[in-house]
Amino acid sequence: MDFEYELVVPEFVMAGLATLIVAVALCFPRLRQELLGYGAAAAVLLLLVLTAVFYINVNDDFANIIAVDNYTVLFRIFFLGIAFFTILASMQFAADRLKNHGEYYGLILFATLGMMLMAGARELITAYIALELLSFSLYILVGFNKLNPFSNEASLKYMLLGAFSSALFLYGLSMIYGVTGTTTYGPIDPDGVEAARNIATQLGNFGAAIPDPALPAAADVRPGLIIGLVLVVAGLGFKVSAVPFHQWTPDAYQGAPLPITAFLSAGGKAAAFALFLRLFAEAFMPASAEWVWLVAIVAAGTMIVGNLMALQQTNMKRLLAYSSIAQVGYLLVGIVALHADTLANSHDAASALVLHLVGYVATNIAVFAALIAFYNRTGRDDIADLRGLAERQPFLALTISVGLFSLAGMPLFAGFVTKFILFQAAADSGFLWLAAMGVTASFVSLYYYLMVIKQIYLYKPADTAASRLHVPAPMTAAIAVLTAAVFFIGLYPTPLFKAIEHSTAMLFPGA
Amino acid sequence: MDAGEALLLLLLIPAGAALAILLLPSQYKNAVRVIALLATLATFIDSIYIFALYDYQEGGLQFALRYVWLENVAFLRENGISLHLAVDGIAAPLVLLNGIVAFTGALVSWKIDYRNKHFFILFLFLVAGVFGVYIAQDLFFWFFAYELAVLPMYLLIVIWGSTNKEYGAMKLMMVLVGGSVLIFIGIFAVFIEAGLGTFDLPALGQVEFDAGFSKTFFPFFMIGCGVLAGLWPFHTWSPDGHVAAPTAVSMLHAGVLMKLGAFGIVRLGIELLPAGTEFWMPVLLVLGAIAAIYGAFSALHQHDLKFVIGYSSVSHMGFVLMGLGTMNTIGVNGAVLQMFSHGVMTALFFAMVGAVYDQAHTRDIHAFGGIIRKMPLFVIFFGIAGLASLGLPGLSGFVAEFHIFVGAFDAFPLFAAIGVLSAAVTAVYILRLMGRAALGPFNAKWESLRDLRPYEALAGATLIAGIVAMGVWPAPFVDRISVSVNELPQVEQIGSPVDKLPGTID
Repeated sequence: MDFEYELVVPEFVMAGLATLIVAVALCFPRLRQELLGYGAAAAVLLLLVLTAVFYINVNDDFANIIAVDNYTVLFRIFFLGIAFFTILASMQFAADRLKNHGEYYGLILFATLGMMLMAGARELITAYIALELLSFSLYILVGFNKLNPFSNEASLKYMLLGAFSSALFLYGLSMIYGVTGTTTYGPIDPDGVEAARNIATQLGNFGAAIPDPALPAAADVRPGLIIGLVLVVAGLGFKVSAVPFHQWTPDAYQGAPLPITAFLSAGGKAAAFALFLRLFAEAFMPASAEWVWLVAIVAAGTMIVGNLMALQQTNMKRLLAYSSIAQVGYLLVGIVALHADTLANSHDAASALVLHLVGYVATNIAVFAALIAFYNRTGRDDIADLRGLAERQPFLALTISVGLFSLAGMPLFAGFVTKFILFQAAADSGFLWLAAMGVTASFVSLYYYLMVIKQIYLYKPADTAASRLHVPAPMTAAIAVLTAAVFFIGLYPTPLFKAIEHSTAMLFPGA
Repeated sequence: MDAGEALLLLLLIPAGAALAILLLPSQYKNAVRVIALLATLATFIDSIYIFALYDYQEGGLQFALRYVWLENVAFLRENGISLHLAVDGIAAPLVLLNGIVAFTGALVSWKIDYRNKHFFILFLFLVAGVFGVYIAQDLFFWFFAYELAVLPMYLLIVIWGSTNKEYGAMKLMMVLVGGSVLIFIGIFAVFIEAGLGTFDLPALGQVEFDAGFSKTFFPFFMIGCGVLAGLWPFHTWSPDGHVAAPTAVSMLHAGVLMKLGAFGIVRLGIELLPAGTEFWMPVLLVLGAIAAIYGAFSALHQHDLKFVIGYSSVSHMGFVLMGLGTMNTIGVNGAVLQMFSHGVMTALFFAMVGAVYDQAHTRDIHAFGGIIRKMPLFVIFFGIAGLASLGLPGLSGFVAEFHIFVGAFDAFPLFAAIGVLSAAVTAVYILRLMGRAALGPFNAKWESLRDLRPYEALAGATLIAGIVAMGVWPAPFVDRISVSVNELPQVEQIGSPVDKLPGTID
């Protein structure tokens, strides 16, 4: 078989880069540590630009293992962007509070590699391995501040629950394999060669009016399939922190070094949804009636619990943890909306989901970057510590407020448009009640975001001696770019949405 | 003729000015004031231009302008979401209203010194949002502007407000955004039911929605928008918000923001869902009548000046909702007239209260007495607002309320009677207030009060010009409004008020 190996060059480069940076740090211990960070950031940025220039509209799927299509490439660019901003935001933090920078940046790059593979995987085992690569890197990163007991606790908790959920996921996958006899997602093949056996075709009798005798009868395989789907949803639910599998999230977020919290909330979620979407859209679509209610209930629960729990938080990291759980609920609405009358509706739902994902991630990294800048100077991360920030550092105050308003879904900012489109897509697929629940939940979220904004703008700084905070130039630039992105998506999402629609079309070849 | 750029300027000028102020270092406080004032003056002139050039013989949507924003992507087809701007005869006077109130609001905010940079940025966004609601002809952008108008309220009240501001601001914000949850759901439903793949309002207006659908979803718009219009029993945010807000924000809030709610019922409710309108309008009329009488009696019991005016706003907005509820041409005409009339009048009230509160630091009616000696101009201005409020002929309130009552007597005489009664109660609390605070024995405590500052007097005079203009020469308003009201579906055509007088021959 002829494979276009050049298409997976970014993944190889990423693996090489991650190894290299660990090796360099090991071999040259006297090297100035910030050089590692700048090196990694520059390399990631270069790779991002190259990917954006050379990999649009390419197609190969390496014997149904990893697809390099527009969907993968879109997420590659997206993940590289996340890695770039995470590294940039980590620089000062790492210099002040962490040791072993080589491993730190190396692990971020390994995690990014895992994320890129998750978006491309179109075979169960590959997807699982990619997910584990991300998870293992994150377990270590969460505990990277090894002298801090919170960081240790967070890491242990995250690892134990993560391992448990991986086992659930894997068990679910084995059930699916048992039912369908294959691990390949779907029949799509860019070369026109149809995969002999694949999950989507094997599940063909579920949606069909006239059963095909050559395929497993729906009634016979339903019990096994449902157990498999429940386990898969539970496993992925842990990874994206959906209710009731969200318990680890606040602790892991609070204990992890702040830049890693940002990475967890942005990269970890985005990658899990990239996998989630491809798996459910390509492989499980024919049986969508079997899983839609399960996901719908999880989505509804996640929106409600995430928002209600966030109301009573006093720590900024925990607040954002619950807020990100709520956002996961909205994103799951997009998965639910895949179940629709027409393939076009499913495609719309997938596009809307990715759009909201991009908007959420840009906003969340902007907020976290501002919090990191604040933490670098003060070492504090309670909501009450933000008191009077508008006077001490108006730029950070503005960024945090813009971000929180965006997360609440207010206009001018990304959140309004992306939520509007996401919920409209859900309503189009026949889930008006879920959309209604989503807007109600995001109405509740406004309350706790406003409580933070009130601290920032209303009160004088608690410490009268507190002076103006200094934010280094690279950090300011990174935050400004992210804030600009939040405004840009909010005011003119047209090019982004078109690009996303073009990429998600890969998941629905019939539409 | 159709110079749609004039509408675009209504959005670009405030947004541009806000951006300019953002880039200005915060110590240049006067530059900030000048930019904000010039920007609002420019929008004021622009709004006069639009009002004057709206051709009432032609009617319909004018000054149309369209920039496509998202189309042929996902569920959106041609013109899916576009920045489609246009005004009809109902929106034209309201655009003018916002022009006046924004300009005068910026004038009386001249004295704000604490973080005035932030104040004016938020203020200008509020102004742009309100203009956007009046001129957007696309459901998405309509809602975008609607939320944008609510967004700055929280910070404006919580930072620059007074009495119980944290509570008032949060309550206002949560109730209003809670209302927009309903609008949100209504929009989703309308979009799907129409199945056109576009959010364009004129296109959606052409769709004949199923009667059952209309009846189900009309309340979403009626209550969702009605919350902002102070619809009883969801009005309680409004007095609290008014009292907590700083002067200029109270002016905009009572003067224009509450009108967005009533306007929303026309735009989304009446224009999109006629069958639902027919079914639910009696309910709106009854709720409006309750608000009118309830607001009037509540105002009677208040002794904080701002609470009196806050409840008076609930009462007057009750008239607006009553007017809409009549569903005949005169009543609906009256409702729109009342929106304008109440807008300028209540802005004048709040501007005046702000002027005295800044010096006296109290708004308790009983604490004052005979301040006409020290502030004659203030008392005259306040008195004119009061007389307009109680419906004195020659001022704007009379024209508007007369239309509403004639319409209401035609539709539901009993509730019209309640409305007239509440107008009478209005006279009681306004005159009582004037008697206690302005006239009577002079309270020596207020020896140090000074009369209105020049810019406050200018703001007051501008607003009075609006009140008097509409009072003595309502024709330009009625011409524009009636041509569009006649185009509304389900509105019963009844002739001029004169035809309804006893003894006239049909």
